[in-house]
Amino acid sequence: MITPRAVNNMPAQPSYGGPPSTATLSVRALFKSFGTTEVLKGIDLHVQRSEMVFVLGPSGSGKSTMLRCCNLLEEPDSGAILIEGDKLTGPGVNLNRMRQRVGMVFQSFNLYPHLTALGNVMLALRRVLKMPRAQAEAVAVAALDKVGLSNRAGHYPSQLSGGQQQRVAIARALALKPTVMLFDEPTSALDPELVGDVLDVMRDVKEQGMTMLVVSHEMKFARDAADRVVFMDGGVIVEQGPPEQIFTAPTQERTRTFLSRFHG
Amino acid sequence: MEVFLDQFLNPAVLAKYAPLVLKGAGVTVVLSALIVLAGIVLGAGLACVRAYRIRALSFLIVIFADVLRALPPLVLILLVYFGLPNLGIVLSSFAVLFLVLTLVLAAFAEEIVWAGITATPKGQWEAARSTGLGFTQALVFVVLPQAVRMVIPPLTNRAIAITKMTALGMVIGVPDILGQATTAQSFSANATPLTLAALAYVAIFLPLVIASRWLEQRFAQKGH
Repeated sequence: MITPRAVNNMPAQPSYGGPPSTATLSVRALFKSFGTTEVLKGIDLHVQRSEMVFVLGPSGSGKSTMLRCCNLLEEPDSGAILIEGDKLTGPGVNLNRMRQRVGMVFQSFNLYPHLTALGNVMLALRRVLKMPRAQAEAVAVAALDKVGLSNRAGHYPSQLSGGQQQRVAIARALALKPTVMLFDEPTSALDPELVGDVLDVMRDVKEQGMTMLVVSHEMKFARDAADRVVFMDGGVIVEQGPPEQIFTAPTQERTRTFLSRFHG
Repeated sequence: MEVFLDQFLNPAVLAKYAPLVLKGAGVTVVLSALIVLAGIVLGAGLACVRAYRIRALSFLIVIFADVLRALPPLVLILLVYFGLPNLGIVLSSFAVLFLVLTLVLAAFAEEIVWAGITATPKGQWEAARSTGLGFTQALVFVVLPQAVRMVIPPLTNRAIAITKMTALGMVIGVPDILGQATTAQSFSANATPLTLAALAYVAIFLPLVIASRWLEQRFAQKGH
């Protein structure tokens, strides 16, 4: 359903990739506390269609919480999340239907251990999209093919390497044809030699036009592949811009301090 | 030795009462199967209800599980069998035994399956919900299958322990193995029917014990 979109008369400010009103994923004035600790202190972020936005920041900066708010795995205290202008929360919103539009890839893969790779990808196709078995299987095989693992369809997660598991997890999210995909430190749990395969798959996904919001410490990949880098610290967005600018000429002291630890 | 054989393995008594004990074995098998089926289904069902974390419901389930696990089953059997008729509810001894042991097994099964549900990593729920599955779908298709696999060993052990208690039916006159054997024993003034009963129990439960060991190994190997 298409809802009328509010005309956004925000004052001129550096906006990246396009105006907020046309954003595929919009985070607006997001606040979130755990107990008395305020983790997110007013986040505004707009991701345009087919844009890959990388979120960097020290641990505890709120980047993962922000990401998890984008499909309501964490409930924001206030603010709004919009997918193509449609609110994620509110009266009359079917959250399960909205979540199909937001794919998520987790740090710890979270594959279902009792199902094969194919079963993992098929489950939501069958139970959420209500596809007949044959159709779900065809879609799932195609998704596994996209991540280069159609030959592992019958394997259980315990029979796959970490990198393969994460690629199956990407296929599981991809198969639902989401509008936007969230990646929560997708390579942090992987052995170094397995990281490359997962990043290659993410690059493929991007090249197919997927809108992606990525929380990760893969600086080199961010520099190569991201359209925009967002630096978060202390629950706010400190600065954002094209990767070259953020990595070579950050304007904020906190960004410089953070990056210097990675450049060595 | 002769006295022993005469008392415990008397051929004449054996021949006379074997059919009776065999009939009792049939009752034990049917009763056990019904109890295991109903008890585990009910217990798993209660554990699922508890997963919704509706405070009042969870509280009632915990009370149910704790009281039934605390009470000796024999007390419950006597209480129900001799108490309910005073309320105008008359159940057969078979029905009372089925009802009580099913509830007791359900109480244990609820706790065991619930432990499995809480031991399933939170990431499994999150992955399921992030693909648009509802809470119930995530529970049924993702969490419960893992939880049940995890708790198969304690569940089978408990199921065997509870079904063995069908022997308690003797005190209210259920014609199961022990019921038939004690009747035969008092008629014949000979312990041979009890020997038969012991053999019948071993014949029924030993395969179950072996099967549970096999199940345990199978699920341990798979590493799920």
